[in-house]
Amino acid sequence: MRLSLEGVRKAFGATQALKSVSLEVSEGEVHALIGENGAGKSTLLKILSGAHTADEGSMELDGRPYRPDGPSEARSLGVAMIYQEINLAPHLSVRENILLGSESSSLGWIDTAASRRRAAGALASLGYEHFPQERLAGEFTIAEQQVIEIARALLIQPRVLIMDEPTSSLTKADTERLFEVIGRLKKQGVSVIYVSHFLEECRRVCDRYTVLKDGEAVGSGVMREATVEKLVAMMTGRPVADLYPRTKRQMGAIVLEAAALERQPRLQTATFQVRQGEIFGLAGLIGAGRTDLLRTIFGLDDADSGSVAIHGEESRSASPASRWRQGLGFLSENRKEEGLMLNQPIRDNITLTKLGAFGKLGWISRDSQMAAARRWTVELAIKCRDADQPAGELSGGNQQKVALARLLEHPANILLLDEPTRGIDVGSKAQIYEIIGKLAAAGKTVIIVSSYLPELLGLCDTIGVMRRGELVVVKPRSEWSEHELLGYAVGTS
Amino acid sequence: MTHTLRKILAKGGPFIGLILVIALFALPVETRPYFLSYHNFKIIFTQTVIVSIGALGMTLIIVSGAIDLSVGSTVALTGVAAALLIQHGWGPFSATAAAIAVGGLVGLLNGAAVAGLRMPSFIITLGMLGICRGMAKWLADNQTVSYDASPINTWMTTLDPKGHALPAGVWVAVALAVLTALVLRKTVFGRHVFAMGSNEAAARLCGVPTRRLQVLTFAIAGCFFGLAGLFQLSRLRLGDPTVAVGLELDIIAAVIIGGASLNGGSGTILGSIIGALIMSVLRNGSQQMGWPNYFQEIIIGVVIIVAVFLDRFRRGAKS
Repeated sequence: MRLSLEGVRKAFGATQALKSVSLEVSEGEVHALIGENGAGKSTLLKILSGAHTADEGSMELDGRPYRPDGPSEARSLGVAMIYQEINLAPHLSVRENILLGSESSSLGWIDTAASRRRAAGALASLGYEHFPQERLAGEFTIAEQQVIEIARALLIQPRVLIMDEPTSSLTKADTERLFEVIGRLKKQGVSVIYVSHFLEECRRVCDRYTVLKDGEAVGSGVMREATVEKLVAMMTGRPVADLYPRTKRQMGAIVLEAAALERQPRLQTATFQVRQGEIFGLAGLIGAGRTDLLRTIFGLDDADSGSVAIHGEESRSASPASRWRQGLGFLSENRKEEGLMLNQPIRDNITLTKLGAFGKLGWISRDSQMAAARRWTVELAIKCRDADQPAGELSGGNQQKVALARLLEHPANILLLDEPTRGIDVGSKAQIYEIIGKLAAAGKTVIIVSSYLPELLGLCDTIGVMRRGELVVVKPRSEWSEHELLGYAVGTS
Repeated sequence: MTHTLRKILAKGGPFIGLILVIALFALPVETRPYFLSYHNFKIIFTQTVIVSIGALGMTLIIVSGAIDLSVGSTVALTGVAAALLIQHGWGPFSATAAAIAVGGLVGLLNGAAVAGLRMPSFIITLGMLGICRGMAKWLADNQTVSYDASPINTWMTTLDPKGHALPAGVWVAVALAVLTALVLRKTVFGRHVFAMGSNEAAARLCGVPTRRLQVLTFAIAGCFFGLAGLFQLSRLRLGDPTVAVGLELDIIAAVIIGGASLNGGSGTILGSIIGALIMSVLRNGSQQMGWPNYFQEIIIGVVIIVAVFLDRFRRGAKS
């Protein structure tokens, strides 16, 4: 057995983050670690990578006791970790990044030839022999930067490689390439612990799995024998028979119409219309122009040409303020950078679009603001101390609910949702699906961008696919299959 | 232990710092009687007026996520402009209005450049620092501008040793501080300033007119700086184009000691005012202890670093 954990416990103050977790990973095995946010995955990863030490329990690496005293000791023992966020110095070259912290040098001077050799070796074992080492890391796409990160981890020839949500910002094609890399690592005998919310991916790439729930390992086994439904049931503790609610909805008049909308460089042309009470999905690869389409509709970016009509009222240029007034609302895919003010209270985050309504003559009444915010923290089951708590202190799923509450409070009648469930746990996802279903049933219109096809197929009435900046096809959901959606997105259909 | 300490710091914040600094100078027997006298505090308050009024504007700007380095030059420029106008027979109130207008205009230009050219406020206002200083010297013909007696000269006077009344400047600073604090905490404008400083992209997405708001914060702050320039004139009783060099650093220090973050999105008027008072008390006390000037500078430098460190500790930030 490459790595085995038995009865690992960890508490933070009164919170028992891990209650006796056992885990076994053999050589060359890809092991999926699955669980909702807050299930204890991060704590377990931190214990494995040496950032935390366990309170109790034993860990063994290749039969010897493993108890690292920090990340660098874990690395030297052969356990490397790749974090969800890219951790590169964008202004340093690829090679400098790969060797960062373990430079080849003599007397403090960098040994360029040896550096090149070692970096090339690491890249070659990933199948990227020809990766340009001299260029700056910041010039590469996220997928390529991830390759650089993995190469850095391979430098120490790890026995166990931990990958935390490695595909959360990758396109389908890049994900495939990552899976090839994982396949190579497997052949070299490296054990991989693979953490992901994408269960289909886990099923494809992993040999075995362990499901964590509330700090306990509630199930483990051979991946081939598990279905997604079974895994979800284990994660949530309840059978998610119907994750995607089919609410009764009545489609009404056309409320939003885009005609040959163009915004260079990433949005070439998009023409479509959405009706009242409709959930309209936008599929496509990352960079296909889906986000640009939403941003242009919402007036965050100016259109180069084409038009948008809201309730039949046409306008070529708009501002976010004017769109909010027309009853549109936008949920950014980038919760931390564009969605929320993390150090401001929940109540300000929810009411920012209409502060003037909470008082008279520009003065704000905190009480009425609190009352409005409290309504949503209850209705959406936002876990928080109170509405005065800074949004940044909440978990990802709860932050997303705060961001969504802003649209509900406004209230927006046409909701533009960009990746509304990215990076949040299954429980919160189910709640957000339920909210979206209810909104449509109440006669609101939802346009939703998602890279997760089952979500679009489960939720939407109509789905359009974007490819290279162009909205290439729009069809009712009943006429789509996952296979066909993917085909249009990558351009084979 | 650290938890309780954090709680105490969170509640007291800069107040504790002010008390500590006062205690520092109240302890030695030789300085205590005078240092703690009402008269001395009258002097301290009067000496804090200019930095305080500047700190009101600077708090707006720093909370909004920007910085203004041109304050010292603006103060010199508005002082010279007001002095020239008084020389030409303007009354005290019209000269005051003119000083505020000049400061507001400089702020408007700063804000328009930051918002319009989409350049960092650090660079725009660094440029403005030079422009205003040059303009002041040009207007004043590289000399000081003197004028016959004007009522303005009495607004910062503490000379009457028996009088208990605080000079007009102190009351103006107090009134403006209360007003600004209310505006920042209780109005849509204030919330928008916080929102922009906390996350400009999110504010824009929510329909906050961020560019207009940038212009507005700089312009309002500029009015405060103009008024600070007028009180500088009142104190000197002549327009000096070389005055207030580096004043912006004192003002920024006051705001930072008061708990604002240079990243924007946090800060309070009360904190900034206490920050300004801490620095005045340090200066005043050091003088009475007979400490040399260079020693005061070292102490204030240390206080800035310690204050920001404690603030981070209070927030529980790890690095």
